[in-house]
Amino acid sequence: MTKLAENAIKTTDTPRFRRGFRFQWEPVQNGYVLLYPEGMVKLNESAGAILGEIDGQRCVQDIVAALEAAFPQTGALEGDVIEFLDHARQQHWIELS
Amino acid sequence: MTSLTSSSTGQKSASIGPPLWLLAELTYRCPLQCPYCSNPLDFAQTESELSTEEWVRVLRQGREMGAAQLGFSGGEPLVRQDLGELIAEARHLGYYSNLITSGLGLTRAKVESFAEAGLDHIQVSFQASDPELNNAVAGSRKAFEQKLAMARAVKEAGYPMVLNFVIHRHNIHQMNDIVALCDRLGADYVELATCQYYGWAFKNREGLIPSRAQLEKAEHEVNQNRARLMDEGSAMKLIFVTPDYYEERPKPCMNGWGSLFLTVAPDGTALPCHSARLLPIDFPNVRDKNLKHIWYESSGFNHYRGDSWMPEPCQSCDEKEKDFGGCRCQAFLLTGNADNADPVCSKSPHHDRILAARQAADHATAGIEELTYRNAGNSRLFFRS
Repeated sequence: MTKLAENAIKTTDTPRFRRGFRFQWEPVQNGYVLLYPEGMVKLNESAGAILGEIDGQRCVQDIVAALEAAFPQTGALEGDVIEFLDHARQQHWIELS
Repeated sequence: MTSLTSSSTGQKSASIGPPLWLLAELTYRCPLQCPYCSNPLDFAQTESELSTEEWVRVLRQGREMGAAQLGFSGGEPLVRQDLGELIAEARHLGYYSNLITSGLGLTRAKVESFAEAGLDHIQVSFQASDPELNNAVAGSRKAFEQKLAMARAVKEAGYPMVLNFVIHRHNIHQMNDIVALCDRLGADYVELATCQYYGWAFKNREGLIPSRAQLEKAEHEVNQNRARLMDEGSAMKLIFVTPDYYEERPKPCMNGWGSLFLTVAPDGTALPCHSARLLPIDFPNVRDKNLKHIWYESSGFNHYRGDSWMPEPCQSCDEKEKDFGGCRCQAFLLTGNADNADPVCSKSPHHDRILAARQAADHATAGIEELTYRNAGNSRLFFRS
């Protein structure tokens, strides 16, 4: 349990895509996908919105602020964003620094 | 090659989804002679390869239809002098491009220039974890050193690194050594792909298929290594492709015929998978028709779509939507009729052929040197006879 706590994502962390992972819009699939060696994940709308904010420059806090501004009707998003980024990290899609 | 999976899928309806995966087999030429090669036995008979312009046209048509993953394969794709040009075009079009290579013919300069041209990933294949066995299987004295050097160059250039090992009875005891080698090289993914018996591998099946005891030991070792890697927090992922000859239900081959995958062979023949040209079906050529017509309209691609073609026991089977009756090529190779249920299925009236192959594997004694090596000389024997 301590290990998990130490590894928890902080709002000051900056996520970036792991080398070899490419996020892009696919018109034929009408959605965002994440492409990686010999594989592809089709992302749902919220996953696409979150990963779309990752630029390797902005930290989690900035990303949450940008999403809350883009989707004002959804209220506070920090918990959801961190939960999803944690999933993305466990899948080794992203790295944090 | 066997792990061309996508978790995006889901075309369940009768409508035909787009080909999300395009495999460009640029050439059948290859400096290696692996006796499990998936290329056709009579590859040396193949006439002229598609030109650069023809490949560019195929790439554009495929991308327009929605293909996102692109594999450059072969033979050895590096034999093509226009590979860099095709990579640049693929990147321009928005493909995620994968170079599937033996590493022979690769240089540090090419690794770097391909990265600049937009290549996303290089998969280097190995034949074993040590030079002696590797080179014996590959039929090349210098292969292993070259592969090591190129794996390092791929890593240094910053690509994600996928190392592929085709597993058979002569190297299946090396799981721990293979994983250790991949760990040292810094691989991100390791494909431990047990042989699939098509092409040259079918010809050499008796000399390649592992025994059940070998397989169970290997699986155990892979699981142990996985657990260790997870404990160490390693991102290296082990993908173990088990041989369907030891299953009781067939694999959902290619995720269904003409469902996600489109292969274009060196001479422009369009196929639902890279083995399908062995079937007695007339497949279209990209020189005559555009990919859209080929994918949606051609009789070759529609041949095994849906389930109206299925005989029993598949037709009334409640698992037919899960595995599509298995692999058409395997049904053809083992029963002489591609419509039949894949004999891997224990419900198949031909399942005894799989059982016989398993039994033979328990008693096989042939050495590597007795396998038929994949080369132009041996290939010509197949179409002369």
